[in-house]
Amino acid sequence: MKFNNKIITLMSVVFLFAAHTVRAEDSKDPIKMTLHDWTGQLITTNIMAEVLKKAGSNIELVQADYLAQFAGLQTGDLHLAMEMWETTGRDAMDEYTADGRVVNIGSTGMEGIEEWWYPSYMKDVCPGLPNWEALNDCAEAFSTAETSPMGRYLGAPVTWGGFDDERVEALGLDWEVIHAGTDAALFAELESAYQRKAPIMLWVYAPHWAPAKFDGEWVEFPEYTTECYTDPSWGTNKNSAHDCGKPRGPIWKVASSQLEEKWPNAYKAVESFTLSNDEMGSMIVAVDLEGGTVEGVVAEWMANNKSKWESWIK
Amino acid sequence: MFYKKNHSQVNFFFLLTLTFIFYLYGKEWCSYLGIEWAIKYPKQFIFPLKIYISSFVKWLMNEAHFVIFSFKDLTRSISWIIEQPYQFILSLFAKGFYKGQGQEAQLILPPLSWIAVTTIITSLAIYTKDKVLVALVSLSFFYLAVFGQWNSAMITLSSIIIAVPIGVLLGLSLGIASYKSKIIEKIIRPVLSLMQTIPVFAYLVPILVMFGFGPVSALIATVIYAMPPMVHTTILALKGVDPQIKDFGLISGCTNRQLMWKVLIPSSKSTIMVGVNQVIMLSFNMVIIASMIGAGGLGYDVLTSLRKLDIGGGVESGLAIVILAVALDRLSQAYVRLRPESKSKNQSIFKKYGLLLICLAVMAATYLMGFVSEFIKSYPEELSVSTSVFWENSMRFINVNYYDLLESIKVFLLIFFLMPIKKFFIAIPWPWMVIIITITAWHYGKFKLSILTFLLLMFIVISGLWEKAMITIYLCGSSVIIACLIGIPLGIFAGLNKKADRILTAFVDTLQTLPSFVYLIPVVMLFRVGDFTAMIAVILYALAPAIRYTAHGIKNINKELIEASLISGCTPRQLLFKVRLPLALPEILLGINQTIMLALSMLVITALVGTRDLGQEVYIALTKADIGRGLVAGLCVAFIAIIADKIIVASSNRLKIKYGIM
Repeated sequence: MKFNNKIITLMSVVFLFAAHTVRAEDSKDPIKMTLHDWTGQLITTNIMAEVLKKAGSNIELVQADYLAQFAGLQTGDLHLAMEMWETTGRDAMDEYTADGRVVNIGSTGMEGIEEWWYPSYMKDVCPGLPNWEALNDCAEAFSTAETSPMGRYLGAPVTWGGFDDERVEALGLDWEVIHAGTDAALFAELESAYQRKAPIMLWVYAPHWAPAKFDGEWVEFPEYTTECYTDPSWGTNKNSAHDCGKPRGPIWKVASSQLEEKWPNAYKAVESFTLSNDEMGSMIVAVDLEGGTVEGVVAEWMANNKSKWESWIK
Repeated sequence: MFYKKNHSQVNFFFLLTLTFIFYLYGKEWCSYLGIEWAIKYPKQFIFPLKIYISSFVKWLMNEAHFVIFSFKDLTRSISWIIEQPYQFILSLFAKGFYKGQGQEAQLILPPLSWIAVTTIITSLAIYTKDKVLVALVSLSFFYLAVFGQWNSAMITLSSIIIAVPIGVLLGLSLGIASYKSKIIEKIIRPVLSLMQTIPVFAYLVPILVMFGFGPVSALIATVIYAMPPMVHTTILALKGVDPQIKDFGLISGCTNRQLMWKVLIPSSKSTIMVGVNQVIMLSFNMVIIASMIGAGGLGYDVLTSLRKLDIGGGVESGLAIVILAVALDRLSQAYVRLRPESKSKNQSIFKKYGLLLICLAVMAATYLMGFVSEFIKSYPEELSVSTSVFWENSMRFINVNYYDLLESIKVFLLIFFLMPIKKFFIAIPWPWMVIIITITAWHYGKFKLSILTFLLLMFIVISGLWEKAMITIYLCGSSVIIACLIGIPLGIFAGLNKKADRILTAFVDTLQTLPSFVYLIPVVMLFRVGDFTAMIAVILYALAPAIRYTAHGIKNINKELIEASLISGCTPRQLLFKVRLPLALPEILLGINQTIMLALSMLVITALVGTRDLGQEVYIALTKADIGRGLVAGLCVAFIAIIADKIIVASSNRLKIKYGIM
């Protein structure tokens, strides 16, 4: 055994050395990675940063707004953003990747889920759920003074898109869509309703702490296909598009074009980075609900997944 | 005005009835007459200003060249210049000095210990010889340490330390320039009112593009937002200098420069300091927004805790901002009151520089002891206190027990107050609305004001944002009405009663510096997203000037007038309604004016809880990084503010003339 180990070590040293001489050198300047204001993104970014540090890169973490950061990526003030959700960042991403100064370097492996969601206690009131066809029967149970007799669905900020107004129209739902302004407002309502066991139907997304903290389910709409959004004749409503659920979208990594030019090795490592929804979900819970720190949780992940991240920087 | 009163009243009622008729039947008439464009401004006539602005900024950043350098080089070198002192201060207070970059960096010098910073700031307070202030300041900084806010607070403090002097110096020089030249003043004034009224979110993206990503852009946004009052007060202060003093300076042979710096500025120091004070307070207002684009610190803590719905955490960081702001505010005010003492020459060095020596000694001692004791280096985490659980539980208690009660109040107000107002504003055809507002402007401000009003309103119309503008006016209008209904009586009470005054002042200070985000989320929990929640947030923020100005107006009434009325046998009731209130009216109107301004500046924040007004338009533009769209919507907000401001100031001036105050 011992002998084997030594040989392996020796081989890997030789191998690394060989690889090292072949490799193009990365610049010594710090790679500027952006931090946003939600836990999942902090975890993703910190894992990537730790891994790149192990590979010898120089890392600087910079606080930046989710969408405003594109301006910085374009000019090369910032270099790498680890989470750009297909579902919310598409427009901005398309705009800035157009001239090639910002590049999409593939999926993080995580997939954003977004859909209508309700707490489990509402199943007692509306046993037909999660099937979407039950929505009309229970609309009144979900109504408030402002929307009565229509059900009240709390949608995401208008900027997130999602076609909920169109969906309600196309599926003939007796529901009114109210848009929250931010996700903090969205989950504040959920928390409040959950404390009182009051009716609520709202937009919840994952990976996020909310589906872990609150017991509930996503409504099952007819499954999304591209035709559903583009072709009116598809689905139950022959005259209208959007008569299905929401697409699930990858979470992308985006970078300044400088990343590949100045730090080709780091670029490769970032390209290989993947995490699963489950891994991310449990780490978010550890931080947001169990009071752990981002650094602690990331260190734990690094310790437990050594082979995984070593393969990224190989 | 007296002899015209009846005449104008008749006109007023005539126009009001006409407006009401338009509200009821306008829509039908317009569709009957085939002039739908009066209800909804047609899309094809919308002037695409936003597209022009966006492409202009793009051109500016990518192509614009002055002879040897590009526009981008220019803006980037400005940000480099600001970056240097900022990095130094940040290292000094929060980060420590490092050699090298990234994780290879080595710490050369740790940041100042919390004990050292508290000592320095306390000595600054001791210098003013005000015992209450000393207690306040030292306790404040102690709070920051005990509640685990130290590090973030120092980051915030660093950006304030940089932003405030830049704002003050720029403001002072612009103020002096406008004092010297009428032309410059004419140019600067409208620019200033735009700076004050365009929502910050509207110019955030252009700033990021120009000045790069990071704390410097946040600093520049802060300066833009916080500087205008400094210019205003500087102009006011210089104009207010007694002409005799100026003449005296001239006679004694001052050069122009000497006249300005040795005579005019020193003698108007106390007014100028009011401007400094405003710059400090407004800079603190920007803490949250600045943290969204990379400033970090307390603002960032507030944002992240509220995203986790950690209300307690948000409140604690929010209160830390309040405490820091109030401490610095009181300190700066104390320095305004400070009179230069006659320096006796035979003081010993220790007496002269005692405090400075103590500070240096503490800095050195804590630096050395920091190597031995962790406690001195940084306040230990396990000793810090948190009230998080308390806030969490009280919120839950209110939510579970009082939700239904609050809900019924809300529904009542929605049905009988908010909805009718909203319908009213949306139903009136825009041409009539433009006409009626222009007429109002003409009534108070004559020809010039009415032309300005008309042009600004037409800008909103041709930008295609009329409906959103009306929702804005409805939301702000109803909030301002309620804020005045609450604020003016409280202000009167504070004006008459010293004790109430002290309590209300503290309350108002807290409301103004506590980031609105902190109470926005609990309000959402109790009232759900929608116009009502937005209204409450606006009221809470805009209440302050209604209270402050009313109290100020009531307090400043000429004492002799009060005595005269008492002698002539006024009852207390008569004294209030016939003497005090009318005399304080101009001041109260200015308070209402400020309430409107603050309400409009809260708009963007209300977009965060889902309104459909201009604030939302600005916010959408921000999230889509659409420079032109944001600026156009921002300009619309600014124009509404400017119209409201001009009309109210004009009417307040009329009242002053009427009551012989001016």
